[in-house]
Amino acid sequence: MSANVEPRRWGASLEPNLFELGRDGRRATVMPAWDGDPVDVTLPAAYLRTDPCDLPSLSEPEVMRHYTRLSNLNHHIERGMYPLGSCTMKYNPRLNEVVAAMPGFADLHPEQDEEDIQGLLCALNLLQDALCRITGFDACSLVPAAGAQGEFLGMHVIRALHLANGEPHRVEVLIPDSAHGTNPASVVLTGMKPLTIASGVDGRLDPEVVRAAVGPNTAGIMITNPNTLGLFETDIVEVARIVHEAGGRLYMDGANMNAILGKAHPAKMGFDVVHLNLHKTMSTPHGGGGPGAGPICVTAELAPFLPGPTIVEADGVFHLDDHEGECRPAIHAYQGNVGVCLRALAYILRLGGDGLERVAERAVLNANYLLRRVVDEGLLQVDHPDGCLHEFIATGRDWKEAYGVRTLDVAKRLLDYGVHAPTIYFPLIVEEAMMIEPTETESRETLDEFVEILRAVRAEAAADPEILHRAPVHTPVGRMDEARAARQPDLSWLGPCNCG
Amino acid sequence: MPYTPHTESDIREMLKTIGIADVDELFASLPTEVRIDGLELPPSLSEEEVLRIMSGLAGLNAGQSEYVSFLGGGVYDTSSPAAAAAIVSRSEFLTAYTPYQPEVSQGTLQVIYEWQTFISRLTGLPVSNASMYDGATAMVEGVLMALAKTRRKVLVVPETLNPRYLAVLETHMACEQVEIRTAARGDDGATSAASLREVLDDSVGVVVIQNPNYLGCLERCDELAEAAAECGALVVAGVNPVSLSLLKTPGEYGAAVAVGEAQPLGIPPTWGGPLLGFLACSDDLKRQIPGRVVGRTEDGQGRAGYVLTLQTREQHIRREKATSNICSNQGLNMCRATVTMAMLGKGGFEELGRATRIRCEALKTEVTAVPGVTLPFVAPVFNEFVLRLPVPAREFTAFARQKGLLAGIPLDGVAGCGEFDLLVAVTEKRTAEEIRHYARVLLDFVEEED
Repeated sequence: MSANVEPRRWGASLEPNLFELGRDGRRATVMPAWDGDPVDVTLPAAYLRTDPCDLPSLSEPEVMRHYTRLSNLNHHIERGMYPLGSCTMKYNPRLNEVVAAMPGFADLHPEQDEEDIQGLLCALNLLQDALCRITGFDACSLVPAAGAQGEFLGMHVIRALHLANGEPHRVEVLIPDSAHGTNPASVVLTGMKPLTIASGVDGRLDPEVVRAAVGPNTAGIMITNPNTLGLFETDIVEVARIVHEAGGRLYMDGANMNAILGKAHPAKMGFDVVHLNLHKTMSTPHGGGGPGAGPICVTAELAPFLPGPTIVEADGVFHLDDHEGECRPAIHAYQGNVGVCLRALAYILRLGGDGLERVAERAVLNANYLLRRVVDEGLLQVDHPDGCLHEFIATGRDWKEAYGVRTLDVAKRLLDYGVHAPTIYFPLIVEEAMMIEPTETESRETLDEFVEILRAVRAEAAADPEILHRAPVHTPVGRMDEARAARQPDLSWLGPCNCG
Repeated sequence: MPYTPHTESDIREMLKTIGIADVDELFASLPTEVRIDGLELPPSLSEEEVLRIMSGLAGLNAGQSEYVSFLGGGVYDTSSPAAAAAIVSRSEFLTAYTPYQPEVSQGTLQVIYEWQTFISRLTGLPVSNASMYDGATAMVEGVLMALAKTRRKVLVVPETLNPRYLAVLETHMACEQVEIRTAARGDDGATSAASLREVLDDSVGVVVIQNPNYLGCLERCDELAEAAAECGALVVAGVNPVSLSLLKTPGEYGAAVAVGEAQPLGIPPTWGGPLLGFLACSDDLKRQIPGRVVGRTEDGQGRAGYVLTLQTREQHIRREKATSNICSNQGLNMCRATVTMAMLGKGGFEELGRATRIRCEALKTEVTAVPGVTLPFVAPVFNEFVLRLPVPAREFTAFARQKGLLAGIPLDGVAGCGEFDLLVAVTEKRTAEEIRHYARVLLDFVEEED
């Protein structure tokens, strides 16, 4: 096989698949030698695989180079901004990584005795307590491994309460049309039924719409607050009264908690459950898609329906209470993404109560500054231009009308300027939506640069829309043929992997 | 303030641009009745102070680096290559977002595709995804997708299923109003096709096989799968990925779905999380698979590249019609396990299986030389087995702990086992001396009790 040799620009270039790189006879790993007596390890043939597993054989330097080159093809938070609405892509402190990797935490087996994990239980107890103080609730479960699992558990807890109260008919869950897709999907998994309700003209929930939708079968309502338009649900207390009077409970999707840390308590808004995304609000890394964590906090009324075991402290000693004889849900083999929880605790300790409140202030300051500039300078149209919390939703409607470019084209062109695209086409209720959340960790200079990039892209769209249609051109690959990917799925490498 | 760049003059200027005088005005939309006056949490700390607190807490724990571990039950004390740890500490993988913008996410996307390829080759099933939270939730998702395919409402699980997985299945099946039936364990520790047939009929949609089962025993998967097929049920196989270096693959015995816990592929246990669930399925189930799937395709210039594909299955498109709500998965752990597999390669992976087998059989030989210690089950095993002790297992594990050993998981009440039964696991890390030490400690305790 001859390689294509040619001079090329420094920077990202594509990398072959690992399965093309193996060579018979190469090794990166050897097993520890066995110095005991020889033993017979034969198993009956009926239990054995017919052929050895065909895997690529590489040396360690080749493996490292392959994955380092692949890494160079990624955008990431230490490279540049991610103005991704609803995702809260803030800086991920390295301190958190050091803490989670401490052998005293990372080496613990989940079946070890309580005596061997006292420091861990103390840490998790501290985090539960901190999350309760942040949300205003009475009890916390750290088990959900992601936001979607937090939603499932939170709705399961509400369902369990209704069942315990002898009200199995309460299965209807109201969900505004601006909600994230996981909300209705999670409700269905609990065996309940989502009912979509329209958000009001100003993007907020109208109490009268909620009043008209509740009834004897109402289990509850799921509300993202601040909502996915970056607006606070100003009538939330009234909505809570209506739902509670109808016998339902309120679930808060806490994806946007970054906006209100230290400013408001979900409990005071009338919610009964909230989930927090530690990989958003509490700075734990996204990891290209996880692991995250989606702990839930609940009122005392709902605490008996949380998963066991729970941590209890007596005289400075921590115990795990299995709640024998109680019917508690199980949603994970063990206690969830503990390592992610430890990162979040390090973040909370580092910032403290005062620091967390500053997080909300600066996240909202950054979002409003950016909103003001892009609106006042005529770069983006925003349906609610007067102000926002942590994020705002722009619409590419005018770009489409004036230049014939779509939000997707704008997003792709932004990639060429070295910033990640905003969240696009969500929420579904805004045409050509562009959801922009700068987070508190971006500097004013970065925001100013983003404004200038938008200005440049707008000028390009006016001069030659094709530039946007063709974008991106400065990335390792251009727009991919997604239709082909779905029509003729190529989901794993089928060829042989080691050349002689 | 840590982690934010704003100077006082930045804040002043930005407020001026916004047209307000004070930061408080930014929160004017919050009704007074929901407001709080700050958080009741300690003030901010320096990095050094946080490190002191957290290393103090870590120091109160004693894990598998302080003890010699024979614990298993789904999470194993396997090695983790330094190279894999180094790759996942790179910001490019650590801090990247979900690869929704493929042009700037080819690194993450290609790693997922390579992971899917590893899982397909291990399991013998052609379609896989970007990962699940853990082995238990992967099993739930595997069962749900197979039930959706068969449109039936009865699930059969073996009595020898990991009890933690069973608990998670029970929570979800209750929501779905799916009946769970149990196939009894045979005296040899494995499930017999006859006992499976006793609970099978045309209403059964899915049969779960766990191999090795929770007691470490190898199941006769061919026979069980054949029995399931006779009544039109699909097989969901729960497997230990390391065992697939030697053992028959789920694809070979006709499983529709394979799931499992990939923690043994280089993931630190961290008290059970974050772990790494995996899922693979047959081609005809690919449009039911949960979570993110990566496909290889081309860009406009014909350059090969990768994208998230088959997205019409997922919650952000299907909403209430989606069969799964999974969104974030275990991306970074998936990356770590992929690099671990690359480091093992063909020869290393096979040797890992053999090294595990050697230590397992050596431990069996050593401990059964201790008077009164027996192996209650005769079915073959891979890396883990049950010891029947002449003393209560819990008393022995407490004694062994004082001697620096995590001796195993007491099985009282699990799969028909009693208080004298102990589940013991080995990995390639155990040395001959550690194995002899285990047997000596056991002998000391048994003699002391006499």
